[in-house]
Amino acid sequence: MTSLTTRDIACTRGYRDLFAGLNLSLKAGDLLRVEGPNGSGKTSLLRILAGLAQPAEGEVLWDDLVISSLDSDYRNQLLYLGHKPAIKYELTPRENLTFAGHLADFSDRQSIDAALEQLGLYGFEDILCAHLSAGQKRRVALSLLMLSQAKVWILDEPYTSLDVAAVAFLEQQFQRHLESGGILLLTSHQPVGRISGHLRSLVLPELSLQQVDV
Amino acid sequence: MNPSVSQAFMAVLKRDLMLSYRHRNELLNPLFFFVLVVMLFPLGTSPDKSLLLTMAPGVIWVAALLAAMLSLEILFRSDYEDGTLEQIILSPHPLAMLVLAKVVAHWLVTGFPMLLLAPLLGIFMYLPEQGIITLMLTLLIGTPVLSLVGAIGMALTVGLRRGGMLLSLLVLPLYIPVLIFSASTVDAQLANLGISGQVYFLCAMLVLAITLAPVAAAAALKISIE
Repeated sequence: MTSLTTRDIACTRGYRDLFAGLNLSLKAGDLLRVEGPNGSGKTSLLRILAGLAQPAEGEVLWDDLVISSLDSDYRNQLLYLGHKPAIKYELTPRENLTFAGHLADFSDRQSIDAALEQLGLYGFEDILCAHLSAGQKRRVALSLLMLSQAKVWILDEPYTSLDVAAVAFLEQQFQRHLESGGILLLTSHQPVGRISGHLRSLVLPELSLQQVDV
Repeated sequence: MNPSVSQAFMAVLKRDLMLSYRHRNELLNPLFFFVLVVMLFPLGTSPDKSLLLTMAPGVIWVAALLAAMLSLEILFRSDYEDGTLEQIILSPHPLAMLVLAKVVAHWLVTGFPMLLLAPLLGIFMYLPEQGIITLMLTLLIGTPVLSLVGAIGMALTVGLRRGGMLLSLLVLPLYIPVLIFSASTVDAQLANLGISGQVYFLCAMLVLAITLAPVAAAAALKISIE
């Protein structure tokens, strides 16, 4: 059984309520795209679901257990990519992935090289990431998707600075993940294309001025 | 220790050492600072041998505290800024062990080189051979405590844009016991008294810091990234 559920979660930033009473229920094979204008709390929601932030109210459940009580049992199942790349510019793509692999318990060099090759980084494995373009740095971060065994993928703006080929690759990985029974949450301003499965959208409302109590 | 945890520990340690190696010119700055601060004292007071000898343990240790504090930034700052810290926190391995690996790497590139520079500074300050050896012993036990305790302060302030001053206000008071016991160890040695009491105290502080500081720093990091 694989399920990620939220029970009445609320999120506050400063004096503003971003959202409240949010109930989500995601099962194996579900894709949820979180939409909403800037500042509506998309990233905050993803960080709460990843366990990086605590909700102001309510709880997040993984297989009906609260994630803060599961601790590493939940983090084992989780791949989170924030909008910061989590790539060290002073390391090469291969070193970056090897390190990420040690953190997440995959570390086989052949699959790392294969992932880099598939993302068009063949020949760049041993060049410092500082010398790669923005898109190539994104690709290094996204090659984690090929290597990860996690059941839940939480991706914040995965399409940023990617070209058409990389987007196609990304969606192919999404499809593979959903077909193998994973859960995928992402924020994106562009629609998710060419993926079959149980796709849903959550639109976070824009803040009305009345809600802003300072 | 679970084999995958020790693997993750080694991976963090190796990565931090490699990053330090690729920024090796930055590593020299705290060391130059350490030497320069000590050298200012004979210039500012007098090159009189007995005066310098009296001040030597305290001056060298104060300079070591300040240099250690200035070097704390490299512990978590860049990981925080590029998002790697989130990945480290989300890793299934115990965060305290990964923090400990980062602190060990930090000590190897800051505290350990200070230990190697100590004889030079001892000669500047007219310390006799036995005094220099004792000074190095106190640095060997004391500087890891500085890195460990500093990690807590750095973890608390990493989310603040201008955390530098606050960091020094948080960390320096906690460094005082190390300063007192280390300097008095060297003083006792210079007066030909026994030093084992102070050394045991320093060792106890080190054991306490190794046990508690990584846990406290890990908790502070989780708060800082929220």
